[in-house]
Amino acid sequence: MHITRTTAAATLAAALIASATACGGGSSTDGSGNGSPKELTYWASNQGASLEADKATLTPELKKFEKQTGIKVKLEVIPWSDLLNRILAAATSGQGPDVLNIGNTWSASLQATGALRPFDAKAFDAIGGKDRFVSSALGATGAEGKDPAAVPLYSLAYGLYYNKKMFADAGIANPPATWDELVADGKKLTKGGKYGLAVEGGNLSENVHHAFVFGKQHGADFFDASGKPTFTTPEAVAAVKQYIDFIAKDKIAAPGNAEYAANQSVADFATGKAAMLLWQAAGSSLKSHGMKPEDYGVAQVPFQAAGASGDTAVNSMVAGINLAVFKKTDNVDGALKFVKFMTSDDEQKLLNGTYGSLPPVKAAQSDPAFATPDLKVLADALANSAAPLPQVANESQFETAVGTAMKDLFADAAAGKPVTTESVKAALEKAQQQMPAS
Amino acid sequence: MTATVPPVRHSSKTPSPGGRRAAGGRAPLSRLRLPARLRRASLPYVLLLPALALELLIHLVPMVVGVVMSFKELTQFFISDWSAAPWKGLDNYRVAVDFNAPVGEDLLKSFLVTCEFTVLAVGLSWLFGTAAAILMQDAFRGRGLLRAVFLVPYALPVYAAVITWSFMFQRDTGMINHVIHDQLHLTDGRPFWLIGDNSFYALVTVSVWRQWPFAFLCLMAGLQNIPRELYEAAAMDGAGIWQQIRRITLPSLRPVNQVLVLVLFLWTFNDFNTPYVLFGRAAPDAADLISIHIYQSSFVTWNFGSGSAMSVLLLLFLLVVTVLYLLATSLRRKDA
Repeated sequence: MHITRTTAAATLAAALIASATACGGGSSTDGSGNGSPKELTYWASNQGASLEADKATLTPELKKFEKQTGIKVKLEVIPWSDLLNRILAAATSGQGPDVLNIGNTWSASLQATGALRPFDAKAFDAIGGKDRFVSSALGATGAEGKDPAAVPLYSLAYGLYYNKKMFADAGIANPPATWDELVADGKKLTKGGKYGLAVEGGNLSENVHHAFVFGKQHGADFFDASGKPTFTTPEAVAAVKQYIDFIAKDKIAAPGNAEYAANQSVADFATGKAAMLLWQAAGSSLKSHGMKPEDYGVAQVPFQAAGASGDTAVNSMVAGINLAVFKKTDNVDGALKFVKFMTSDDEQKLLNGTYGSLPPVKAAQSDPAFATPDLKVLADALANSAAPLPQVANESQFETAVGTAMKDLFADAAAGKPVTTESVKAALEKAQQQMPAS
Repeated sequence: MTATVPPVRHSSKTPSPGGRRAAGGRAPLSRLRLPARLRRASLPYVLLLPALALELLIHLVPMVVGVVMSFKELTQFFISDWSAAPWKGLDNYRVAVDFNAPVGEDLLKSFLVTCEFTVLAVGLSWLFGTAAAILMQDAFRGRGLLRAVFLVPYALPVYAAVITWSFMFQRDTGMINHVIHDQLHLTDGRPFWLIGDNSFYALVTVSVWRQWPFAFLCLMAGLQNIPRELYEAAAMDGAGIWQQIRRITLPSLRPVNQVLVLVLFLWTFNDFNTPYVLFGRAAPDAADLISIHIYQSSFVTWNFGSGSAMSVLLLLFLLVVTVLYLLATSLRRKDA
């Protein structure tokens, strides 16, 4: 009796250890638990108004894919705030989806983790060739000289949204083409509790996107040729200061904008609290806030001076979402088939049409459905005056460090503390020192 | 000790040591050629094995992994195979405690903010909890309802509760500014609560709101154990309410308070949820708690080695404080 208990206890202990290690060390199998070639797991980023809306949009398409190929796709829509962490966890554990969406600015950072399957010539052949994609969108798929870590899925660019009625009331005939004009117009429009411009000061990514564009226009790059951060050059400081000054010096944006991080600036623009907004494809959001398409116009994001050329003529980052294949997938063929399906002309038209974004696939982009006045402005920016954020491994850290520095500077400006060249430089210096040494 | 254990009945049934039936590798444990005495002596340890194995898996392994990581240069280049990351020796630690360089300076600043925050939040939670527990002792109409209401903050899911606070703290649309500025005219302009220096007070407010019901609950239970006769006797001797609290209530609650303050300290010092939900991944400098700071160092800037080093330092600090605290409180009890 007693002895059997001993044996039982020992067996139990052994079993526990065995089962626990089995849980912990199962890196050879795919996390989605599908060894079957008839199933794929897809992590979609949140593109529509809600996770449910995305599911409603994507599910019929996935059914279509299943009908064509016999491969069932398990869908999970992941909110943006969680996506990078989830991808990191997947990269660390080797357990993740087969196909996933990534923000295109993360391409080089995620490429460096080695968690994504490179799109070599063969992979591109399998999905119909590299030439099908718009070249600026391909520029945001990984570091230069390496096989892309992803392919473009949805493209976006920044435009200047302006309220037609407020402009007419203030006697402004045309949207501003330079920042000086924007500030002058903004001052005219800032009165009676309304402001000329809405900014999203607490949103790290928004901040960085604008820092990048202003930086290009001032001739600043945030990384040197060897990939080392150069945040504190006079040009970079001037660029960041110019953007913070919308609240600090020009006072054309409401101080309250400094804490906006949940797209409140879009709501402010839609409800007439602000007359201008710098945003990527805001159409569907404005509609959901009750603003009619005829009430606003979309113009190119301004330049420093009229007739800008070269880098000073950059007025948008190449914004968008990419589609990547997880390296540890055990169904490469199926995954590539799925990528081919999602980037096919028909799906591109349908999905981008639903989300209000631009197809990065040439054949789809030329479809008349995307020739609306505002999308034409964005497509023009994307084709002619957009540049990808630095495709370096530390890009995601750059977004956080500089975005946070700018958030703090906005907080100072909103609280009435002076924002000077020195204080901007100090904030950027602190951001630079947070960057990993490598 | 084992020698004094009386022989167990079944021992006579097992083959004697060296018996032929024990031969062969596949024999179960009971048939092994161990002397009966040794077998009995080992029994407690065998029984402890499952617990030991689980303890190893749940606590020690991750801790060792964390410590190993802290000696490595672990960036995104190595996260899919972190064992391949190059060794960095003590560099991560050196950088973390070099208070003249930016990383160390920020860590120290964040540590000091956390200390200040912890003292304030624990102190206030304890004060409110004690006051409420004492007031709730006497039966009155609606006491049960009030007790239940007091526990609501503790029962609410953290995320839902804190996100509600973050709405209330919004500068332009939040309820807090509506009350203190629009209605009571206490401030000149609308202050910011979620960015800038005020964020510290916003954080303390939410933290106290979340924690004090726990103090209240513990102290209420503690109060039940104080005999009513003590108060009756004290009242008879002419002791007022304050004297009763000072001479009877607080000393009787000391054992509860010892545990309570320690637990509150550890929770508050390590609190991650409250600042994260309130401020997002980039907390304002004034409210840059150490947990958020370490999270940002490791997960947001993807420098896991440096983040691990900071975590190990934090763990050591909390261990030292806890041990000192336990020593101090248990010594006092021996003196008493």
